[in-house]
Amino acid sequence: MSPRTARKPRAAAAPAAAERPDRITAAFERCRAERRAALVTYVMGGDPDLATARDMALACVEGGADLVELGVPFSDPIADGPTIQAAAQRALGAGTTLEDVLGIAAAVRARSQVPIALMGYLNPMLAGGVERLVRGCADAGVDALIIPDLLPEEAEVLAPAAAEAGVKLVYLLAPTSNPARVEAAVRAATGFLYFVSVTGVTGARHAVADEIAPLVSAVRSRTELPVVIGFGVATPEQARALGPLADGVVVGSAIVKRIAEGGSRRARAERVKRFVRSLGRALGR
Amino acid sequence: MKTAALPDERGRFGAFGGRFVPETLVPALDELEQAWREARADPAFQAELDELLRRYAGRETPVSEAPRMSADVGGCRVLLKREDLCHTGSHKLNNTLGQILLARRMGKKRIIAETGAGQHGVATATAAALFGLPCEVYQGAVDVERQALNVFRMQLLSARVIPVTSGSATLKDAMNEALRDWVTNVRDTHYIIGSVAGPHPYPAMVRTFQSVIGREARRQVLELAGRLPDAVVACVGGGSNAMGIFSAFVDDAHVDLVAAEAAGLGLSTAKHGASLAKGTPGVLHGSRSYVLQDGHGQIQEAHSISAGLDYPGVGPELSYLKDQGRLTLLPQTDAEALDAFQYLARMEGIIPALESAHAVSAARKVARDAGPGGLVLVNVSGRGDKDVEQVRKMLEAAPPPRRTRARPARPAKKAKANARPRAAARKGGRR
Repeated sequence: MSPRTARKPRAAAAPAAAERPDRITAAFERCRAERRAALVTYVMGGDPDLATARDMALACVEGGADLVELGVPFSDPIADGPTIQAAAQRALGAGTTLEDVLGIAAAVRARSQVPIALMGYLNPMLAGGVERLVRGCADAGVDALIIPDLLPEEAEVLAPAAAEAGVKLVYLLAPTSNPARVEAAVRAATGFLYFVSVTGVTGARHAVADEIAPLVSAVRSRTELPVVIGFGVATPEQARALGPLADGVVVGSAIVKRIAEGGSRRARAERVKRFVRSLGRALGR
Repeated sequence: MKTAALPDERGRFGAFGGRFVPETLVPALDELEQAWREARADPAFQAELDELLRRYAGRETPVSEAPRMSADVGGCRVLLKREDLCHTGSHKLNNTLGQILLARRMGKKRIIAETGAGQHGVATATAAALFGLPCEVYQGAVDVERQALNVFRMQLLSARVIPVTSGSATLKDAMNEALRDWVTNVRDTHYIIGSVAGPHPYPAMVRTFQSVIGREARRQVLELAGRLPDAVVACVGGGSNAMGIFSAFVDDAHVDLVAAEAAGLGLSTAKHGASLAKGTPGVLHGSRSYVLQDGHGQIQEAHSISAGLDYPGVGPELSYLKDQGRLTLLPQTDAEALDAFQYLARMEGIIPALESAHAVSAARKVARDAGPGGLVLVNVSGRGDKDVEQVRKMLEAAPPPRRTRARPARPAKKAKANARPRAAARKGGRR
């Protein structure tokens, strides 16, 4: 609840949607200038309640996240492992809606210019209509949407409206993606690309740098867009190993687990901030 | 509206279908689509499948007259397509035999499936056993309990049954878990989806494997009655038996296609599984279709007395046919299905699956409306052995009044307070 200092002293007010700065590009350029991968952190919106989730997102920012992902909970999250499934259940149990998650985004935006991406499944995203979604994102200062069950070839439901509102659409690539799939994602994506480091669902496991290095570099050779690595990055050591391969590293389930360990909001925020700091240090922040 | 021409190359049935899955699965779906296309054009594949269906599954299944039911409903001739006589006790084997041949063609080493009532799980375990492939079946923990007999059958067939406790612990959650497994093990695993649901090419592929029901039935009815039926009635959960039989009649505009969804405790309650009747378009399990959801796009838990209809989605082709005005929706309550379960046993000596009992119940109404001179074809998609124990418990908890007419029972004045299934039946029956 108490006001917190933003990571960098910037103007806090959200600019008008029409003249929105490209926060995502700026963030990756800054990281590139610092010769390090960006740290992307994930918090489930509404887990275990709205106020806590907002504090956790702010703790990520204070801990030094370069980009913040806010999860939009869904009842049937087929791309997620047990940790994020459980977080979605807690968030839904607390009555969390897309509007609530946009509210968290707006609260983060009021204090920081950190880029914000919503990550969630298509059905809840589109339940209120495409226009409402993209306008809500623009108004809340959300920069991008990451939708694991939206493929480039199905994107026409959302892509034109998102482009008009200045909201970027991020696509995922996987170790199973062949060159044609990479090409499709690269052509369709805006903002950045999300390379799923394992064949599998979200959740901490050993993402092996040796195996994915050639795959990620093949993607990077085909696009100017930043490429982040996600799914299965749980420790500073893993972040350190994967950082040199990509433009960014995503840590999700490991943060969600630390939030789920319980305690007061302040205690959870401290725990998250410490962990995010350790991840940032591992990436050379 | 030649349905056979659908879906288009992206797997769309009009506004429905498509592919809404994690990127990881796309190459596997492409591979499956390719293998299926090649197999369809390969006479050796067709011959092997036909041979399996004939000598192993026991096809063709007969169309039986239902003379006592016909008399009881006022003279409309009722014919039963007997998928309950297919090996493993339901239509599900038509699809799993087809898909196991594809899995072998693609060189997959492991089979996974999801199941509700266990019919699809048993059919998958059977096909996997026949070809010596290891098989794991995801089943909601609630269904593991209420379908204990089928769990044991799957285990006998050397499949591993994995109870799923997330969400509502029923069919939809089993499908989520199977999809997660597939995302993880996609390189060497084939996922045998049991219904005309899921991402492209599953809805079209499963419909094609099940269309043997319709092809046989159409010919058999023409032989028996010399004309097409006035109505074809099938239960609809995901919709594989329905699409299987409807596919042969969909272009005959004068044949009424009747979809008997699960009305559960009644369509005015939240406890039903009637996605076509009460759902709205949304994305679930990889395709766009009618789904039961709240205003925020969260999937609602379905309810049905029958585990196989306890699903908040439906195949995209059925959603398309609904929007085309091609379907008559006639959802049946738990009480009506329970009644029809006993009715068909008593009248015709056939114990249908609780799923199929929904179709029997709807057919009673359709046939009564049609009257003498009418001709109604009912898909008895499965046999009721798996449900006998569950029904016995329900009936013992509150024995029903003896009757042969379809009228819903008046609530028994002295119903016991703890007789839950009976209480449920009363609610439904009053509607």
